[in-house]
Amino acid sequence: MNLKLKKLIDKELKKYPSDKKQSAVIAALAIMQNERGWLSKEDISEVALYLDMPEIAVLEVATFYNMFDLKSVGKYKLSICTNISCMLRDADHIVNHLKEKLQIDFNEVTKDGKFCLKESECMGACGGAPLLTVNNQKMHENLNIDKVDQLLKELK
Amino acid sequence: MNDVIDKNIQLENNNKQLFNICLRTSSLKNPGSIKTYQSIGGYEQIKRILKNKIDPKQLIDEIKISGLRGRGGAGFPTGVKWSFMPRDYDGTKYIVCNSDEGEPGTFKDRDIIRYNPHQLIEGMIIGAYIMNAQVGFNYIHGEIWEDYVSFEKAIEDARKAGFLGNNILGSGFDFELHAVHGYGAYICGEETALIESIEGKKGQPRYKPPFPATYGIYGKPTNVNNTETYASIPWIIEHGGQEFMSHGVPNSGGTKIFSVSGHVENPGNYEIQLGMPFRQLLAEAGGVWKNRQLKAVIPGGPSTPVVPANIMMDATLDYDGLAQIGSSVGAGSMIVMDDSTCMVQALRRLSYFFYEESCGQCTPCREGTGWVYRIIDRIFKGQATLADLDLLTDVSKKISGRTICALGDAAATPVLSFIKHFRSEFENFIKHGKSLN
Ligand SMILES: Cc1cc2nc3c(=O)[nH]c(=O)nc-3n(C[C@H](O)[C@H](O)[C@H](O)COP(=O)(O)O)c2cc1C
Ligand code: SF4
Ligand code: FES
Repeated sequence: MNLKLKKLIDKELKKYPSDKKQSAVIAALAIMQNERGWLSKEDISEVALYLDMPEIAVLEVATFYNMFDLKSVGKYKLSICTNISCMLRDADHIVNHLKEKLQIDFNEVTKDGKFCLKESECMGACGGAPLLTVNNQKMHENLNIDKVDQLLKELK
Repeated sequence: MNDVIDKNIQLENNNKQLFNICLRTSSLKNPGSIKTYQSIGGYEQIKRILKNKIDPKQLIDEIKISGLRGRGGAGFPTGVKWSFMPRDYDGTKYIVCNSDEGEPGTFKDRDIIRYNPHQLIEGMIIGAYIMNAQVGFNYIHGEIWEDYVSFEKAIEDARKAGFLGNNILGSGFDFELHAVHGYGAYICGEETALIESIEGKKGQPRYKPPFPATYGIYGKPTNVNNTETYASIPWIIEHGGQEFMSHGVPNSGGTKIFSVSGHVENPGNYEIQLGMPFRQLLAEAGGVWKNRQLKAVIPGGPSTPVVPANIMMDATLDYDGLAQIGSSVGAGSMIVMDDSTCMVQALRRLSYFFYEESCGQCTPCREGTGWVYRIIDRIFKGQATLADLDLLTDVSKKISGRTICALGDAAATPVLSFIKHFRSEFENFIKHGKSLN
């Protein structure tokens, strides 16, 4: 683990008592995933070592929370909400467009390794439906076909 | 007939309006900044409380008078809940703000976090003072990452201004607040799952009792409240409980944010005086989109029963008004459906959600939500028989009331209410193998 990662995780550790390092595991995994794209077995071990946790306990967390990826998701993971408020505002239309344009189904990666498409549950932003996030941390709301095409162009 | 006329008179005489308490900075420039909040009197209440060392019991009484009820869904009176925290406990106590909103249709806490974070922070400091807690966490839904980042900055600004940390404003009172985030698990909104998550574990709800007030984070006394609940507090302390109460109706004090989504012209958050007629809120949201007709409304989020249009049009939006029509305020997550909506498809999506998000601890919930989804999926694919409808009802009833947390009940609610009100649509779908809409 490089110094930059350690620094970021240390900042999270400060939020908890010094004997409760495990509390920072979700944050640490998110930081790790941001840096490396997805979480490999080695990444899990490194986090476990750093937080003095059994590897299995870290793996449990990584599998329980949906925004963690234990397989490669390409350069850009597009997670689109298809839950009811988004569905009522034609999220399916956007989904079909994306699938067609990228020639992939949900949970697949494009041949060039650039995009992966994920179906997501409610993101707590339904007023901006339909919407998607790029690599978990950037949200795009009130989508239509033009906006999606524009976005795909911008993601180099 | 007389009932109908009475109801109409009542609705016409109703003078409830939109009124911003939790969202009161939203129309100002830089709504989320500490400067903006202070320009409308922000942080004055905590200053006054600390300076005069106001008795926490007096503050709790004020909150009880306000009629404020938990805005996270269950509607439990906040003043009463705060008096459960053991004030004299020797050791660290925690307070938690639950900003994990992920029930489909819910997006109100996000607007508090991004447009009025300091009112939430002041509410938490006042809460910490009243409950004598030293540490607080705001647990934010992982999907709204940019708002999590901006909230961290708001905490930093509050700390720099001297409102957080040790010896706040020279009063001798210490309180530290941290933002933490989830990463894609709806169940972590349940308060004991949230506590597990803060401890760095899978979000699996705990058996209750013991309740968090006696055994919470790391086994310490912990209080959990919703974002909107905390954000209401500074206003109540400033204007008095009676004033807050008077904005609502008896038993439903104050204002409440309704997140209106689905088939309306202008989806968004609308903070209303409780007791406002539904038709007025619908008009505020621009009415049903595309000039279509209203078919049904889920008033408070999928864990509250769906209501057909004709009943909904005469309802008032408050705890008793919605209970009268067999539904509930929930978290105020109002999902509006127009006459083109296929109820089988809508229910199928909701059932998939509960199946996907069940934490798997209780057999009735883990197995039942899977069964329910598969039966509805069968209907949707034209492979079901009429007997499947009874099976669906039966399985749902067997989940309800037999689980550790309320997700089980929440999963059963849409199934039972959709079939109750739209049974013929389900039957027609089964008979013809497709939607007739
Ligand atoms: C499955 C499930 C999900 C929940 N999600 C949330 C949530 O996202 N936000 C929230 O405030 N309360 C949620 N709750 C309710 C909390 O358990 C708790 O009652 C609430 O945070 C208490 O705060 P309040 O009294 O201010 O409403 C959920 C409950 C259940 C059973
Ligand atoms: S009811 Fe469902 S979500 Fe709640 S604890 Fe049981 S299995 Fe988990
Ligand atoms: S239903 Fe899509 S963000 Fe809530």
